Amino acid sequence: MNRVTLFAICASAGFLLYILEMVRRRRLREEYSILWLFGSASILVLSLKQDWLVVLAHAAGIVYPPSFLFLVGILFILLILIHFSIAISKLHQMNKKMAQEIALMKEKAMGGVSGDPSIKP
Amino acid sequence: MNPRMEGTPPRILVVIPAYQEERSIGGLVRSLRERYPYAILVVNDGATDRTSVAARDAGAIVLDLPCNLGIGGAVQTGFQYARERGYDVVVRIDGDGQHEVEDIPKVLEPILEGRADAVIGSRFLGETEYRGSIPRIFGIRFFRLLVNLTTGYRVTDPTSGFFAINRRLVAIYSDHYPSDYPEVDAYILMHRLKARTVEVPVRMYGRAEGKSSITAFRAVYYMVKVTLSFLINCIRRFG
Repeated sequence: MNRVTLFAICASAGFLLYILEMVRRRRLREEYSILWLFGSASILVLSLKQDWLVVLAHAAGIVYPPSFLFLVGILFILLILIHFSIAISKLHQMNKKMAQEIALMKEKAMGGVSGDPSIKP
Repeated sequence: MNPRMEGTPPRILVVIPAYQEERSIGGLVRSLRERYPYAILVVNDGATDRTSVAARDAGAIVLDLPCNLGIGGAVQTGFQYARERGYDVVVRIDGDGQHEVEDIPKVLEPILEGRADAVIGSRFLGETEYRGSIPRIFGIRFFRLLVNLTTGYRVTDPTSGFFAINRRLVAIYSDHYPSDYPEVDAYILMHRLKARTVEVPVRMYGRAEGKSSITAFRAVYYMVKVTLSFLINCIRRFG
């Protein structure tokens, strides 16, 4: 086992453990961890079985295996970013709804109808 | 179509979105109260100045949003209030005194007569002394074309924020209302709801106090964003 393989295994295993630890401590929600766990597990497998990368690259018609790795890496990052954009949009929508509810409830709590002349107190 | 009891006058709510309008909002609310028996709701869009206090002191109902939602979100909160309290008609005007309050009856009339679901005040119909900046006029022309081509509505003032809507639209807007330049986007909604719209001439003025939410720099960004959201609304499943 050469040095670069050892480094790759240690780095990807460390990353995988870090993600698992974050989930365990509830710093990272399970639903957001799936992509990260999947990604780090893939890197670990490819570090252990480097000839698989060559097979996969050739299957995809790519002659130079590392460029297959870059392609997959970039696609993976893209996927994660879209995932985040969707999550942010969802949070934005929820935040808006909550702000509106709060404004309506605060007004109700103060119980003023003074602004409506058609309602006699 | 109007479920209200025969004989009882329609309940009308004036919704005014306001952000950092402490200098103009009080006067506006007072002049509305002097002229009309309508309920006045100011939606304070997370302003950090005395907008909320000034509006309340002048006798308006005030909704304080805990953070700035932008014009669409603020106006929508007003619609939600109207729906919750069962108002028949909502009139929406700006908080900076750009819209002539004397023209409110003109905007209300077609709805009260049952001729329209939405009445939009246009600064370009009839006599006008409106002078806007060049990017603004360009934007208005662009949106006018966009609305006319996609919905068939013949509009002259697609970005007008001086309008009135009936119960039906209030209920729908409470759940679906766009965020930036909501007025342009709303035409798609109205078109798909087969809402009857009418434009009436109103007077609008340049800003007296405060600062406009639209600067020339952001105009292009808004135009792209609104066009995109407009076109997406054309193909969006809704209601």
